Amino acid sequence: MSNARLQLPPRIIEGDVFKLRLLVNHPMDSGFLRDIDGVLIKRNVIRQLSCTLNNQEVFRAEPTTGIAANPLFEFYLRAVKSGELYFRWVDDKANIGEMRHALVVIPANSSSAPKS
Amino acid sequence: MKHLKLGLVLLFAVGLWGPGAWAQQRQIPLDQLKSGLDFSSPEVRGLQLDDDFASPSAHGIDKGAQLWSQVAGKNNKSCASCHGDASQSMKGAATRYPAIDKATGKLFNLEDRIRNCRQKEQKAINWPLESDELLAITLHVTAASKGMPILVSIDGAAKKHFEAGQKLYMTRQGQMNLSCTQCHDQHYGQRLYNDKLSQGHPNGYPIFRLDWQYLASLERRLRFCYASVKANVPTWGHQDMRDLNLYLMWRAQGLPIEVPAVRK
Repeated sequence: MSNARLQLPPRIIEGDVFKLRLLVNHPMDSGFLRDIDGVLIKRNVIRQLSCTLNNQEVFRAEPTTGIAANPLFEFYLRAVKSGELYFRWVDDKANIGEMRHALVVIPANSSSAPKS
Repeated sequence: MKHLKLGLVLLFAVGLWGPGAWAQQRQIPLDQLKSGLDFSSPEVRGLQLDDDFASPSAHGIDKGAQLWSQVAGKNNKSCASCHGDASQSMKGAATRYPAIDKATGKLFNLEDRIRNCRQKEQKAINWPLESDELLAITLHVTAASKGMPILVSIDGAAKKHFEAGQKLYMTRQGQMNLSCTQCHDQHYGQRLYNDKLSQGHPNGYPIFRLDWQYLASLERRLRFCYASVKANVPTWGHQDMRDLNLYLMWRAQGLPIEVPAVRK
């Protein structure tokens, strides 16, 4: 099971500016909360999250303790060509989360572009 | 004067607690019931209503769906082996719990039922109360009843549990000397510090509580209530919590199940 969810528009046409939404499953423990037994939970937040498209970095965020659990990242990209989206995030415990997604961009003047 | 007082007390007692009245007494009429969502701030409402994709419970939903079809235990069964598609087979299940288990005669809430199934049918290592797995699978089962009205049975063997739950609900306790009814029947809609008091309905559990940044069962929420009025918190899995759960569900009769719910 993937520990993140990704949402993209159903059709992405070349030249479009489209929205990506990534919901990461992470506790984002701020270091101030206690568990149900009253024991302080050590700080553990995502330190860095990055997104690359065809090995080129297109987005990076450095969240801190102010971000709630299961953070949602939203950003925009311009569709140039198809490729692989690769998300990677690292937390305080040095756990690494990853997600890959094949981005399909429909050429702008293609007659084969499926009509929605 | 003394006689008059006694008479008044008796009249009052008979009027309120006469035969049959005890069980039928609703503190809030059915048509005035409001989900906790109605007392939430616009931001919290937005988190719950606007977008299923971005719900903070989303990982619990994904995990629940995965666990449902995951084979476990000596009998090599998954939930799906017997129950098939949860969205069909579990439809309405969450609206009927807590309910009496026929085999043991005990009052089971939904978590107890799932744990019982896991132990007896799957013969698998059981999930502890409030574990990630139990919360996720409960969420998955409850989601099948989304939008369906709550209707629990308080007849037969459930009656004594209902009455015990009602008594708990009405009894003042803790150093604050408060009963559930004082906040959630008599003062709902008013503010307690910066919090709006809700009617205290259990129609969204397991909820995602922003305060805890995690999914939480009704039992955990009730334990928090006990702690808040500085009462002795019952042990995990205590019968009182099941009884109270039954009373709360009866009290919320007709309210739709709303999962994944988000509360402050």
